[in-house]
Amino acid sequence: MVELVWLIPALPLAGFLLLVFFGKRIGEPRAGWIGTGAVALSFVTACVVFAGLWNEPEHTFEASLFKWIPAGNFNVDIGILLDPLSMAMVLFITGIASLIHLYSIGYMHGDSRFPRFFTYLNLFVFSMLVLVLGDNLVLTFLGWEGVGACSYFLIAFWFEKEENASAGKKAFITNRVGDWGFMVAIFMTFFAFGTVTYTEFLPMAPGLAQTTATFIALMLFVGAIGKSAQIPLFIWLPDAMAGPTPVSALIHAATMVTAGVYLLVRVNPIIAASASWIPWMIAIVGIATAFLAATIALAQQDIKKVLAYSTVSQLGYMFLAVGVGGYSAAIFHMITHAFFKALLFLGAGSVIHGMHEEQDMRRMGALRRIMPVTAVTFIIGWLAIAGVPPFSGFWSKDDILAYALHKSPILYVIGLITALLTAFYMSRLVFRVFYGDSRWGESAEGELANLNAHTATDAADAGAEDHADAHEDSHADTHAGHGAVHPHESKWPMLVPLIVLAFFAATAGVLNLPFTENLEFLNRWLEPVVGENQVHLHLGGAQLTFELLLSTTIALLGIFAAYMVYLKKKIDPSRIELPFFANGWYIDQGITAFMGGIGRKGFELIAMFDKVVIDGAVNGVGRATRGGASRLRAIENGYVRWYALMIGVGAVLIVAFVMTQVSF
Amino acid sequence: MGSNLSLAYLMLSAILFVIGGVGVLIRRNPLVMIMCVELMLNAVNLSFVTFGKMLDDISGQIIVFFVMVVAAAEVVVGLALIVAMARRRPGATADDLRTLRG
Repeated sequence: MVELVWLIPALPLAGFLLLVFFGKRIGEPRAGWIGTGAVALSFVTACVVFAGLWNEPEHTFEASLFKWIPAGNFNVDIGILLDPLSMAMVLFITGIASLIHLYSIGYMHGDSRFPRFFTYLNLFVFSMLVLVLGDNLVLTFLGWEGVGACSYFLIAFWFEKEENASAGKKAFITNRVGDWGFMVAIFMTFFAFGTVTYTEFLPMAPGLAQTTATFIALMLFVGAIGKSAQIPLFIWLPDAMAGPTPVSALIHAATMVTAGVYLLVRVNPIIAASASWIPWMIAIVGIATAFLAATIALAQQDIKKVLAYSTVSQLGYMFLAVGVGGYSAAIFHMITHAFFKALLFLGAGSVIHGMHEEQDMRRMGALRRIMPVTAVTFIIGWLAIAGVPPFSGFWSKDDILAYALHKSPILYVIGLITALLTAFYMSRLVFRVFYGDSRWGESAEGELANLNAHTATDAADAGAEDHADAHEDSHADTHAGHGAVHPHESKWPMLVPLIVLAFFAATAGVLNLPFTENLEFLNRWLEPVVGENQVHLHLGGAQLTFELLLSTTIALLGIFAAYMVYLKKKIDPSRIELPFFANGWYIDQGITAFMGGIGRKGFELIAMFDKVVIDGAVNGVGRATRGGASRLRAIENGYVRWYALMIGVGAVLIVAFVMTQVSF
Repeated sequence: MGSNLSLAYLMLSAILFVIGGVGVLIRRNPLVMIMCVELMLNAVNLSFVTFGKMLDDISGQIIVFFVMVVAAAEVVVGLALIVAMARRRPGATADDLRTLRG
């Protein structure tokens, strides 16, 4: 049954090809059903293959479909590596993607480019599957670029609006920085091992010189932070929310952004062979990102922006897990996060849809009565991400924190503080959207003035400030003009995925319960891939109880604090929602200022160098050729007799040369 | 054949070759220039035959046939060009046709 594995990526590819050629003719809603069907069938195939994989030795199956690049001693096959890690990835990718496709049929209803949306989604799923199933770095890179391109297409899906188009560009360009690192890592891997196939070079990694391994690990890390939105390359992800909400759920929360974590887990022998500061750096970047993004999420007003920063923060946890040697914990959190964050995004999409494209939380409130299904499922997602037992997020986050404590108490403490912030900002979101008073259609004049002063996160460049003003003004106008907004609950294609995801967000914790070895299914399943380099924790009962209780307390404390601030209104929210956080620590503005100031001077210098030295060399060669030629053209005077004479002279010269120089 | 006679033939050949060569260089009429080229070719033919005879080797005469065939083909092309040119620009000399100069 495992031989069917090629069907898993082939089905979305077939869906993509069908839609790209006939999408317009197929039209709405059948194009959506074809797209959904292709991915759902892929999921079914994945389940069948999963059943078959149990019988394979070490739960690993390799298949080479055909030779792709045979160039001397550099060989790249289109090959599939199906091992516990890629199997786990494939299952949750296809599963969540099917649900999100179904959801999109409802969400994208009436969009003028409905078929194209599903074309891109299918291409994305195909690329993502190539990324995780590829048996070598080059194939993974192919998928990596494929998902990057789809991400760009989908962020800028509504490209009529300038901001969406530039958000797409920002994502693409930021990702290029990471891709550069990945490419250098591939080249270096080939130089070091002579192959880029995982099953060939990973077993050789322990024998690698430490500096080489460190360099490769560092470059792969650069690639990973680009794709997975870590400091300093996280700036694109919040802007990526310009895309349709299902895209945010699928690409920018559940699957694509976890590719960096996947890559680092995949190459864990390289990380193990590198210098000891590499894991430290990964852990520190991870925890710093988690903390920074959580503080920014505290002060965002756009419901999707909160979730976006929350995603960045949770990805930081995964990096922390990789850095402290808890590879299985990283994958565990990746899976639970995929469930609850996809759920939260889809729930947010349902809210936005129901509120007629309103995204500002200040104009929501009390929606639980009107949208009961969305509210209940969203609350499950909230409890999961906040880390309330027994929901899935609690177990996976605690797993990571346990590994962090094993490495260093400082990481653990910052992790706990971030967990507190997470519980707080997610509770804030839920209370403001589903509880409290209804503020639908309120122009929120006073708050808008505040917003114009501070929340210019969109205004990546300082010049866009005016633009943001105009944007908000138009919002206010619309609402003043229309008067009341009438929210409504979404239709069943949108609610079914919410319910299914809510079920898994609540229960996915059973994948890896920490109580006994037997309950750690995911740990044991991933053993063949990460076992050698995984830190093995054997928590005593007392320590485990302490950690679990502490995490629970922290989560409840965060929720309680948010309750006091946003429902009881005991504390003024503006004391927490600092402008510093609302502006994302002024990182975007800082980059703009730097690039506009010192950076620009530097670039001008480089441009000068280019003009004078590089262009000078190129033009110099051209000028020399032209000058020489203009002198030589005098010979070509067009008289036949002149040419004939030259032939004669040449013949005489050659004969003379032969006569004098060659002895017979 | 005595070597003196051979020498005479070679001298004749050289004289014809020089006449042909000088003709190509100094004449302006394309038709005459082609005739001069033919003269040079035939001068070479004569020396081929002479050398063939001197060295008692039949290949000298065989090559002459090849040269004659090639010369015939060349004349066909050359005369065609001359006719075409004469139609287009009557009375043009070879020196008038220097459009392809550098």
